[in-house]
Amino acid sequence: MISLDVNGTRRDVDVSPDMPLLWVLRDTLGLTGTKFGCGLGQCGACTVHLDGVATRGCLTAASAAVGKKITTIEGLSPNSNHPLQTAWVAEQVPQCGYCQSGQIMSAAALLAKTPKPTDAQIDAAMTGNICRCGTYQRIKRAIRRAARV
Amino acid sequence: MTRSASLSRRTFLKTATAAGGGFMIGAYLPLGGPSTSLRAAGTFDPNIWIRINADDSVRIMLTMLEMGQGVMTSMPMLVAEELDFDWKKIKTEWAGADPKYGNPNFGGQQLTAGSNSVRGMWKTLRESGAAARMMLVTAAAQTWDVPENSCTTNNGFVIHQASGRKVNYGALVDKAAALPVPKSVALKDPKTFKVLGQSLPRLDVPEKVNGTAGFGIDVKLPGLLTARVVRCPVFGGKVASFNADKAKAVPGVKHVVQISTGIAVVADNYWSASKGAQALDITWDEGALAKLTSADILKKHVDLAQQPGKVARNDGNADAALKTDNGFERTFEAPFLAHATMEPMNCTADVRADRCDIYVPTQGQTASQQAAMAASGLPADKVKVHVTYMGGGFGRRGEGDFVTDAVETSKAIGKPVKVVWSREDDMQHDYYRPVSYARMWGAVDASGKPTVFMQRMVQQSLMKRIGGLPPNGVDFISVDGSANLPYAIPNVRIEYIEHDPGIPFGFWRSVGASFQGFVVEAFIDELAAAAKKDPFEFRRDLLGKSPRHKAALELAAEKSGWGKPLPQGRARGIAVMDAFGSILSQVTEVSVDARGNVRVHRVVCTVDTGWVINPDTIKAQMEGGIVYGLTAALKGEITIQNGRVAQKHFGDYQVLRHNEMPEIEVYIVPSTEVPGGIGEPSTALAAGSLVNAIAAATGKRIYKLPIKPELLRGGTA
Repeated sequence: MISLDVNGTRRDVDVSPDMPLLWVLRDTLGLTGTKFGCGLGQCGACTVHLDGVATRGCLTAASAAVGKKITTIEGLSPNSNHPLQTAWVAEQVPQCGYCQSGQIMSAAALLAKTPKPTDAQIDAAMTGNICRCGTYQRIKRAIRRAARV
Repeated sequence: MTRSASLSRRTFLKTATAAGGGFMIGAYLPLGGPSTSLRAAGTFDPNIWIRINADDSVRIMLTMLEMGQGVMTSMPMLVAEELDFDWKKIKTEWAGADPKYGNPNFGGQQLTAGSNSVRGMWKTLRESGAAARMMLVTAAAQTWDVPENSCTTNNGFVIHQASGRKVNYGALVDKAAALPVPKSVALKDPKTFKVLGQSLPRLDVPEKVNGTAGFGIDVKLPGLLTARVVRCPVFGGKVASFNADKAKAVPGVKHVVQISTGIAVVADNYWSASKGAQALDITWDEGALAKLTSADILKKHVDLAQQPGKVARNDGNADAALKTDNGFERTFEAPFLAHATMEPMNCTADVRADRCDIYVPTQGQTASQQAAMAASGLPADKVKVHVTYMGGGFGRRGEGDFVTDAVETSKAIGKPVKVVWSREDDMQHDYYRPVSYARMWGAVDASGKPTVFMQRMVQQSLMKRIGGLPPNGVDFISVDGSANLPYAIPNVRIEYIEHDPGIPFGFWRSVGASFQGFVVEAFIDELAAAAKKDPFEFRRDLLGKSPRHKAALELAAEKSGWGKPLPQGRARGIAVMDAFGSILSQVTEVSVDARGNVRVHRVVCTVDTGWVINPDTIKAQMEGGIVYGLTAALKGEITIQNGRVAQKHFGDYQVLRHNEMPEIEVYIVPSTEVPGGIGEPSTALAAGSLVNAIAAATGKRIYKLPIKPELLRGGTA
């Protein structure tokens, strides 16, 4: 049994310690907002926060998340009202939407540390997150918008 | 007002709902039949789009599926405009597999593809709304005992201005339900649109920013197991033998079963299924393609292109003019491409003795149902298709292979199962954009006028795959972009040669135009260079008989500052084409560094897509389509080695990322033409304007995609 702190709640899960956090969240806890894109840390769809740091859930063993505060898209804000979520709606960012949980989590970690990022800082923080619909321009606009709030 | 002539043909019939005090209206119903006879009757089955409830709520059925292109919003907008109803109160509901909801552009199939949602459905949906509105007006007029033409509607109310009376639609449902359906309806003049033409926020966005949007991979069912299917890496190969002992020893693995597509490892969760799949011992019979390479395929294409092909278009006498005007030849190549949707292929199936439910992110309810019927052995009325959001489609999700996986697996184990492909499964078992080869010939006369445009194209045939080539032997999908060349050139010949090397191929965003947008516009640029003319002016001068192309081109030139100075090292390329019923032009601005790396700084895209439904959705599709096309041009390449795909994931099949994103500006050309498609056209043109910009920057022309930096070493000239 492994004990995890997920979105402020203690969750005891009976999983193999090497099971990636992504699958613990999705398959064991039913938190499907975090997405599977590659399982190799190449696409960023599975991005969550561990103690506020943007982390790829697919490459993080469940045991490595023990004792850390895990935040998923479901726990980012109480009412989908994180400034980034509001900005994402205002800029009409999502198309298919599949990568957007990971995009928002990467951006949220960026803004928490760097409230007024430069474009280069946005690129550096976001380049690990692929979007095949090509919403990058709107994502950047939304991050800038949220940073102005 | 435009009177719709098709309505009497198609005919409308309303029906009273059984409960709830609502009434429904649908297309394709026999006129005059009693409402109780709503049984399937040949091709006139009920086709029901709207339900208005007594509580003033409206439900609109969605048959076109959402993969990011905005149909979940644009389709109900078409209804809402004519219904004249409060947009905020509209609810939508997905239609599963049901022939009543077919798209006329696909012969009644339910398929979201080919940029055909608006093009196929706009008329039906607008007529549905208009007819409903007419009946509500009649109901109110009868209630008030006033002439119908003295009543108007506004945002869900019927109004009688003269007496100051108004009534909400919900209060009229019972009366309206008892009325005959109009035989014809008047559709609004686009000048009076209130909903259409507005950038209304997309209905799917709120749930796509908080993780609640339900994709296929997120489906939850009681007792649901998860499976990986291991396929033969070589196309056409099959399982010779396998040993599942080690796989079954993996904790969490419940079943290992052979199905027609490979070996399914079924477990409590994806992680266990994946570990089980890795532990399988399989001996493959690799089959006839086990030695095939991309080089073999290219060689075959080159050989085939030595002989004339089937003629798609033949204006004038290209051969004679090539001799007279000292013609020149170039050859172009483009590789197989994977779709690489963000959500890997998946499907959930629950097969019982007497029914089969599938939950699937699909572009085609019809194709998914047919795949499930074949795999389960059950008839259509026992196979229910539950659709979900798609994490990207791009043509890939029109296929049925992932449905086959899930249904066969569920049937074999007798339990509900979700088959999830790994990224590697997805990359290596796609239906790829066909590898493409074209010989091009052109000539310019002494006065600088182009006299010949000739193409001989070799490609796998999608038409042959889905039903057969037409009698002339030309796959019009392959020559989409060349056979419809808009330029005034006296001698045009387009030839097509079909060849199938045996690698699975399919529909990839913009399909045939994905190659032609590159080849045709790159070659037109060479003709302009041969004529010693500016690429914009050269095109403009040849578009006298194509005013929409000319307008899009001129607007792109104006907005991009064509001809104006650029920062040191940058250059522009221009292109124009029509694709999927829309006309668009792009100006791309690039620089190339000393190592040959291309940086795309800016793309200006203009589009004439007829009267507009949702401008912001059009802009989003142009932006996204350009990124998809630039990715392919700069990075995309699937190669075949020993009958299998060499690339495995986003490490060796790279895609454009945040730090490479150009500024994209989209300008919509005002138009009153019927709507064109928007999901695909901008992908088709992206490579054309890009390679022309690279030529302008470096003096080097690109004949082969993807663009390799080693060919551009030295950078901007």
